[in-house]
Amino acid sequence: MQPFSRSQMAARAASDIPEGWVVNLGIGMPTAIADHVPLDREVIFQSENGVIGMGPAPDKAHENPWLINAGKAMVTLRPGGSYVHHSDSFAMIRGGHIDLCVLGGFEVAENGDLANWATSENDSAPAVGGAMDLGAGAKRLWVIMDHTTKDGRPKLVDQCGYPLTALGTVNRVYTNLGVFDVVKGTGFVVRDLAPGVTLEYAQSQSAAKLHTT
Amino acid sequence: MINKIVQSMAEAMEGIKDGSTVLIGGFGSVGQPDALIEGLIEQGAKDLTCVANNAGTGHVGLARLMELGRVRKIICSFPRSAGSVVFEELYKAGKLELEIVPQGTLAERMRAAGAGIPAFYTATGAGTLLARGKEAREFDGRDYILEKSLPADVALIEAWEADRWGNLIYKDSGRNFNPVMAMAATLTIAQVQNIGELGTLDPEKIVTPGVYVNRVLRVDRGAPWA
Repeated sequence: MQPFSRSQMAARAASDIPEGWVVNLGIGMPTAIADHVPLDREVIFQSENGVIGMGPAPDKAHENPWLINAGKAMVTLRPGGSYVHHSDSFAMIRGGHIDLCVLGGFEVAENGDLANWATSENDSAPAVGGAMDLGAGAKRLWVIMDHTTKDGRPKLVDQCGYPLTALGTVNRVYTNLGVFDVVKGTGFVVRDLAPGVTLEYAQSQSAAKLHTT
Repeated sequence: MINKIVQSMAEAMEGIKDGSTVLIGGFGSVGQPDALIEGLIEQGAKDLTCVANNAGTGHVGLARLMELGRVRKIICSFPRSAGSVVFEELYKAGKLELEIVPQGTLAERMRAAGAGIPAFYTATGAGTLLARGKEAREFDGRDYILEKSLPADVALIEAWEADRWGNLIYKDSGRNFNPVMAMAATLTIAQVQNIGELGTLDPEKIVTPGVYVNRVLRVDRGAPWA
């Protein structure tokens, strides 16, 4: 069995992003997806802080401390890129102009609910950032995350236990075990499994039914 | 003659009262009005409600203002970040009120305040913990919650260039929350690195017209620090 590495998960997600899409990538694992989209495939990466048409991280000679992404790392602007202010940036997000958002997750439920911002109702100081805006506003929402927690608890569940970020909007999940579509009325549908990972094994690591069609 | 350019920090900070709601621009340190925050620390106003995307880092700027016990409440989207030690200590000790707002809702609440809109419906946060206590309503089969505008007494913002009318041009991603905060406050104070003669700023590039700006202070800030 060869579960996908983080880099393979990111590459797998990147391979499903077609030219022309406007894409927002969440902080953490989702950010790595951009590295796997070849520059000649024109995908417009949008960052919440008002950068449209983000390019890769600069080399030392081209660092610009005024140009950062939502994770506050220095980035570049591609030819054709532009800047907007925060309210316009989120109008773009909330108004349904983003083709795809990819976020990390604590849990995804079979009805498409996502939990990724707080670990309990009494979380000492939860930090939501733009996740709720993106979760509700993007045309498509994909989640990229490990299939289980570090201590082995499933993250694909029949119902989220953690506080919700967005309700019923996740379309697809990329994990180290495979790729799973979230289909309305059905639930998780297996689209792809990592080399050597059987359906039985993936099912044993999930707390929701995995369907094949 | 209109001249919004002030010559000193004291002049820039004049009249900020205890109990004020203060908007602080920037995303991380980019577009953050560092000098004006230091000026507010000097100026002494207390019992403040501060609105910013983050809750400060280290022991400088907003974190320092909080550490000095001058902030009663913070409204932000992402309080936890590397180095947000002051926030975490004060919050744990119950010495700081926190209102978490989704980032887009935060921006839109200020835009609404600046545009004369008292409240608006949004799908962001509907059905979540952040919908508690808010009116919910369905439009065309989708759930929305009512969010109120967020007007403020003071906005501290940063821009790249200004003229004496207070027109502002920003630099790269330094624009972020600054234009929308400029709209939402009664008193908007801008820290800028450059001042041009009236008429030299390209009208196509002015993002914030001086109508939204009350005072401009020139500060050689240099590049953002992280």
